[in-house]
Amino acid sequence: MHHEETFTDRNVSEQSAYFYVDIEAYPTTGWDKFKQVVSRAVKGELFVGLWVVMREMIKFDIHTVQYPKEKLPIGPRYRAVHKLLRLWESGYERCIGCGLCEKICISDCIRMDTRIDENSRKEVTEYSINLGRCIFCGYCAEVCPELAIVHGGRYENASEQRAHFVIKDDMLTPLDLLKAGEQNEYPGFGAIIPGSDASVKKTPLAY
Amino acid sequence: MNEISITIDGRTVHTQEGEYILNAARANGIFIPAICYLTRCSPTLACRICLVEADGKQVYACNAKAKQGMEITTTTPNILAERRAIMEVYDVNHPLECGVCDQSGECELQNYTLEVGVDSQTYSIKDTHKPAQDWGLIHYDPALCIMCERCITVCKDMIGDAALSTTARGSEGIEAAFKESMPKDAYAMWNKLNKSLISPNAGDTLDCTNCGECTSVCPVGALVSSDYQYSSNAWEHKQIPATCAHCSAGCQLSYDIKHASIENPESKIYRVKNEWNYVSLCGAGRYGYDFENRNVTKDPVAFEAAIAAFKQADTIAFTSTITNEEALILQRLKEKFGYRLINEEARAFKSFLSAYSVVSGTSLYGGDLVEVHASDFVVSIGSALKTDNPNARFAMNNALSMNKGAGLYFHPINDPVIAGMSKSVTQFNHAPMMEEAALYLMLDLFGDKAVMPSSVTEYLASFHSTKTVTVEETVDEKVTETVVKKVLNEETGVEEEVSEEVTKTVKKKVSKEVEVDENALFTLLNAPAGFSDTLTKYLAKKERFSLMVGPDLYTHPNAVNCARLVALIEKYTQFSVTMIPNLSNTLGVAMICDLDSEHGNYTIGYNTAGNFTLSALGGGDLDMPALNQQEGTLTNIDKRVNPTNAALSYSGYVLNDIAKALGINSKFTVDYTAELPVEKGFKSAAFDTLPNHYTNSGEEVRGYRLEIKELESNTDESVEIFDSSAAITDKVVYLANPVLQFSPFTAASHQLHENGGLYISKSFMETNGWNDGDRVHVKTANGELSLNLITDGKIEGEIGYLPTFDTTIKSEALFNGYRFACVSIQKV
Repeated sequence: MHHEETFTDRNVSEQSAYFYVDIEAYPTTGWDKFKQVVSRAVKGELFVGLWVVMREMIKFDIHTVQYPKEKLPIGPRYRAVHKLLRLWESGYERCIGCGLCEKICISDCIRMDTRIDENSRKEVTEYSINLGRCIFCGYCAEVCPELAIVHGGRYENASEQRAHFVIKDDMLTPLDLLKAGEQNEYPGFGAIIPGSDASVKKTPLAY
Repeated sequence: MNEISITIDGRTVHTQEGEYILNAARANGIFIPAICYLTRCSPTLACRICLVEADGKQVYACNAKAKQGMEITTTTPNILAERRAIMEVYDVNHPLECGVCDQSGECELQNYTLEVGVDSQTYSIKDTHKPAQDWGLIHYDPALCIMCERCITVCKDMIGDAALSTTARGSEGIEAAFKESMPKDAYAMWNKLNKSLISPNAGDTLDCTNCGECTSVCPVGALVSSDYQYSSNAWEHKQIPATCAHCSAGCQLSYDIKHASIENPESKIYRVKNEWNYVSLCGAGRYGYDFENRNVTKDPVAFEAAIAAFKQADTIAFTSTITNEEALILQRLKEKFGYRLINEEARAFKSFLSAYSVVSGTSLYGGDLVEVHASDFVVSIGSALKTDNPNARFAMNNALSMNKGAGLYFHPINDPVIAGMSKSVTQFNHAPMMEEAALYLMLDLFGDKAVMPSSVTEYLASFHSTKTVTVEETVDEKVTETVVKKVLNEETGVEEEVSEEVTKTVKKKVSKEVEVDENALFTLLNAPAGFSDTLTKYLAKKERFSLMVGPDLYTHPNAVNCARLVALIEKYTQFSVTMIPNLSNTLGVAMICDLDSEHGNYTIGYNTAGNFTLSALGGGDLDMPALNQQEGTLTNIDKRVNPTNAALSYSGYVLNDIAKALGINSKFTVDYTAELPVEKGFKSAAFDTLPNHYTNSGEEVRGYRLEIKELESNTDESVEIFDSSAAITDKVVYLANPVLQFSPFTAASHQLHENGGLYISKSFMETNGWNDGDRVHVKTANGELSLNLITDGKIEGEIGYLPTFDTTIKSEALFNGYRFACVSIQKV
């Protein structure tokens, strides 16, 4: 009844794809050092570099991102400040208050308040993350069974305070944005792995 | 019981003969899965997952008894296949709402599904609509129920309400193909599960004493506390092991705490949990947990006033809802400053105990509730058992149902809960003041007359007379008749008439004059007709006898005589005697404090009225911590000194601060734990060394037991005769609390908050044409109160009772010590 997972062997060995890079030995004597300096100075490598600078200057094709006026798109697996999403059809919050994120959080920075609401459903009345302690590991997004908590794209979280909290209102998709279709689905950490349907075992149904 | 050795999975373990295999395995740390079994209750055989192989035969570990040399294997390929199929069946249509379920994280269905490794489903059946039901303090969701029937079992075998039973599920039959294809036991389990659901016997909602033990034993989220629902996740709590503060049972429990909310990081108690295999809580313990004194800070002005008051005072009045350590501080204050210590109920108990000790020669009674659980004949005298000490009631019920026991219950108020425990229980609803007659009856019925003091034997003989009664008996009588038969003559072929003699046995009724013994004590105690025959039936094959005596005797006008009679019962009968202390720590206070009877001029009241009041309830002149906010020890009915821990923080002054300011120096209150009086049976053990848990074998490892001291032998065993004309035949009122209430502390908790009144039975209400909420004047010789009427469905008869939990009702003022008082009730 005990399940053991077998891991890939990642140790460096002769069979593996890893190899040692061939690095030239450092000069040890004074004469060898002098020879290395001279060869590097006289061979003209300096001018190769100078030419690159000159060429790019004349082309006026500058790659510098004008931050903060301009921001780079970030990769889907980047783990920035959290977002709480809503269900597309009903607009209900996806979060069911199961508390798994709270439990798995290794820096213990998530807290939530829940209660039973008028419709006998579990309602999350308040949800907060202490960003001063959050290490953006992504476990909360990964463990979330409802794809409710995800890492969004907002990576600017400088603050005057060590304890900088995000609360539910900051994270939850506003209803007007949802209606405008501006809630982004999150393909990153914790999202369903492409092709996972194939690995699901089917439960028989009597009807 | 003989010790035997058996082999489980190659390990030799020692156990008692007749012990169930499952319990033997558990006691020795061997794991056998089991869902429906409850220790101390009868095996239900619903889940069948505890299958093991014993000497090559498959048996259920929960109901197969161990025999000497038995070889047990807990896993075989067939057993594993059965377990896998059983868990798959439990998972069929089980709602996938673990994310919001209150049981998630401590759910046995989750645990065993993972343990057995269910990763795919083979079985299916059409689901039925089963809406959730609200039963007041308890919420039932039948969709989550796996029909282990633990709730039914505990309610019947332990609690004694028998408020739950199974009802038809209304489900379609299981597909026939499964019967052939699936393991045998799994199919049998499913077949049973598929037929039933849990339902209250009273119809739509529960009619019981609201102990909530069913929610405690429920392995899944089907039965949960309505108040706790969705308020937190189980794993977020820190569990604080403690001792229940409400009654003298001193049950072990844990306060489950967590921060109150995101805004408020202060700890809050969310619920109470108990080790349900070994201890059962009543509703007061389970739901009355948030009685703490809130938002208290150190108020130097109030503290100065308190010190000044202590300097002025000559009396300290207090209740027994304090720890042993606080009691010792009060005693030290008395020793140093000569305060009079006033605590009437503890004083009554103390003097009862000492009167008992004079005759018995021991400092304490010999029995305890553990003994009651193991008995097969239980008697209760002088206690409204279900409200004085619910655990004593559970013990009695458990003994009656598990040990095929019988019981007698002596109390003026008829209690349907006691009647519902078993068919083998008889209630004596005697008149108040007749408690002595009950004690004499015990000596008469069970005493060893050969060694009892001759004066007692002679007195008892005076109640007996012989009476000649006519009894109708059925006697077998042989009757010989001559019958004429027609017989075929084989030779002639002609029928001939032949006469023949036939003997028959005929039942005949005969009247007979018989001399019977008549016991006048039966009549004095209102024994039901034919009780002597009933008693003979009760006493067949009985081996262990327990007697519980309660507070009615301590406050009895002839309490000393009652105590001496109790001591004689313990001496000259087979009964072990347990006394029920009135409040949480009455026994501790009685052992530690020298109590006085007369108030002085200036009284400090601790949790009670006084010229200056210290109060853990709030609203006093100086705040004190409640029992869930302080560490210390409490002495319970089992004579155990149990530690309790602070579940919630408290930042005000405590009694020890006052003692320090008055020159009695100990840094912490718990420093007094090691100083509790050894000569009274306490041990010199530091607080931090006291354990508070149960082991897997059910052994209670909590604090320590008071040592029973042998006293100088006293040959005076004389007891007074009782006056049968003292029986109160007028209308009386009783001093007791309703179910779920013990003191102002239970009423302070948010789930149990209620207002008191005059509690009377439904039939009494109807005969007078009164209704709930009607205002009445209750008048006794000592005073008068104007109160609301409240129906108590759990009593019968015409005796009402007044509560002590509601501080706005000064019930005690109407009584003259004794718990019964003559009364007139007038509707306003």
